[in-house]
Amino acid sequence: MEHKKSAAFSKKMRSMKNYMKRHWTLYLLLMLPITYFIIFKYIPMAYIQIAFKEFSIVQSVWEMEWADNNGFEYFLKAFSNRDFLYALRNTLMLNLLDLIVGFPAPIILAILLNELAFKKFKRITQTIVYMPHFLSWIIISGLALQLFAPTNGFVNIFIQKLGFESIPFLNSSFHWVWTYVFLGIWQSVGWNTIIYLAAITGINPEQYEAASVDGASRLRKIWHITLPGIKSTIIILLILSLGRILGSEFDRPYALGNMLVSDVSNVIATFVYTNGIRGLQFSLTTAVGLFQSVIGVIFIFGANSLARRFGERGIW
Amino acid sequence: MIRSHKTKIGDWIIVAICLIIILVCLLPLLTVFARSLSSADALIKNKVLLWPVEFNLDAYKTVLGDSKYVWALLWTAILTVIATLTSMFMTTICAYPLIFDSLKGRKFLNAFIILTMYFNAGTIPNYLLLKDLDMLNKPMVLVIPGALSVFNMIIMRSFFYGIPVSLRESAQIDGAGFIQILLKIYMPLSKPVFATLALFYAVGRWNGFSDALMYMNNRRYYPIQLLLYNILNNIMQVEVASQEGFTMPGMSETLKAATVMIATIPILIVYPFLQKYFISGVTLGAIKE
Repeated sequence: MEHKKSAAFSKKMRSMKNYMKRHWTLYLLLMLPITYFIIFKYIPMAYIQIAFKEFSIVQSVWEMEWADNNGFEYFLKAFSNRDFLYALRNTLMLNLLDLIVGFPAPIILAILLNELAFKKFKRITQTIVYMPHFLSWIIISGLALQLFAPTNGFVNIFIQKLGFESIPFLNSSFHWVWTYVFLGIWQSVGWNTIIYLAAITGINPEQYEAASVDGASRLRKIWHITLPGIKSTIIILLILSLGRILGSEFDRPYALGNMLVSDVSNVIATFVYTNGIRGLQFSLTTAVGLFQSVIGVIFIFGANSLARRFGERGIW
Repeated sequence: MIRSHKTKIGDWIIVAICLIIILVCLLPLLTVFARSLSSADALIKNKVLLWPVEFNLDAYKTVLGDSKYVWALLWTAILTVIATLTSMFMTTICAYPLIFDSLKGRKFLNAFIILTMYFNAGTIPNYLLLKDLDMLNKPMVLVIPGALSVFNMIIMRSFFYGIPVSLRESAQIDGAGFIQILLKIYMPLSKPVFATLALFYAVGRWNGFSDALMYMNNRRYYPIQLLLYNILNNIMQVEVASQEGFTMPGMSETLKAATVMIATIPILIVYPFLQKYFISGVTLGAIKE
């Protein structure tokens, strides 16, 4: 019995050895990436306990004292922190506006591009609308500061010539929010058409030909062929956007924001930066970050199962 | 007959709309370019729209005479090359082994990697880790933590999947090892995806600033975007301007316009050439496994 077992074991070992002999190079290649993921993605997860502990520079994460209220002290503190509540509100508000105003924009532009009859002009248009995607938010903020400059910027010169008061696009809260949303669309609309254009390419051209024979107008073809043809793409991208509703970019609000509009431009990511890395309130800001990550994961799973319920394939 | 006439009008309406969209896309760049080439005087008199007024190159001369700015440009270029090469290497060696069905533990490895895309420990844990690793304020902190993007890795893996298995099987029969197959078959066939991802990584590094803002206090290693942020927000000034006491109103505006343009031009030159590649790259990224 014993003997049999060890024989089977040694046979297994031998086949394993054979396998490794053939495949060790693949594991060798993976070693560096896996190490990278462990160090830079998984070890930070151990630091999450700081959210539940009293941070101290001299102690390791494992040695720190647990915070009050069963460790939830800093979550309670966050939700009684006025700046955080503002940041939470602003994150939701800006993301929601982005979604409502910004989500349909690339769909419309993709359909428009697809309807362009002149191929060369289409290519040039595409090259130009992709361009803003390659600019950093710092550069875009530099462009915006000049374009919307209160008196001598292009837009305000026009507004003044038309006899109106110049508009403080970046210096009053109300206008800033819309400028933020507009610049977001400006930056991403062209790039986001790529995926819709690819989906449109997948539609069977015979459908259009048949519709033309039946005398369908351009708009009817868009409504009855193009839009249904890209429906599943639209839904998948909508899910992804919904999943990010509490996610916050850092670059965009940080680059565009200023002291005059901080009541609307401070989002969770900037709150974490100013209060954590600059303000050294590590427990509080780790708690805020964890709250955001967890809600983010819940949202993306929720949106995904919602899509499945509507008969779409979801993102995984 | 009437119908085809109607379609023609529709076509021209669409062209007109597209022309407006093109104008909106280019307008900010055009006006800033015009301002960078105009005199400070013309600028504060509200004369500059889309065309330079009292054309001069003073702003560019001043900015390019500023050693801090020129060094930041050069340093960011070096950094971009190093970061792109590092990232491409890491992405390739991560994506390639994962395409083999025979790789034991592949399912686990995939899940292990993809999970990091959906759950991130957060800004502060990442910051404290880098602090504990003693990487803060060192140049490598701008390269290593962002060396591998899971999203880009998936794009490359999808592209590798598209290469016929028969190619590598016949090479294996001829006795080629996995690394040889990667170098001799996969890499030569993957030029489009390599071009796309190199562009993504390079643009990401050239445009990146939040990592420098958080992890880098040494001004010598500020990438161009962070320097630009400081100039635009009056935290730092273009050296010569402050030294020679340019108190002329509007001067700082033309200087800012020139700093923005100089940092933008490299990207404007590069991306149109890679257009045909990155479109397929983005589309590949959308394919789920």
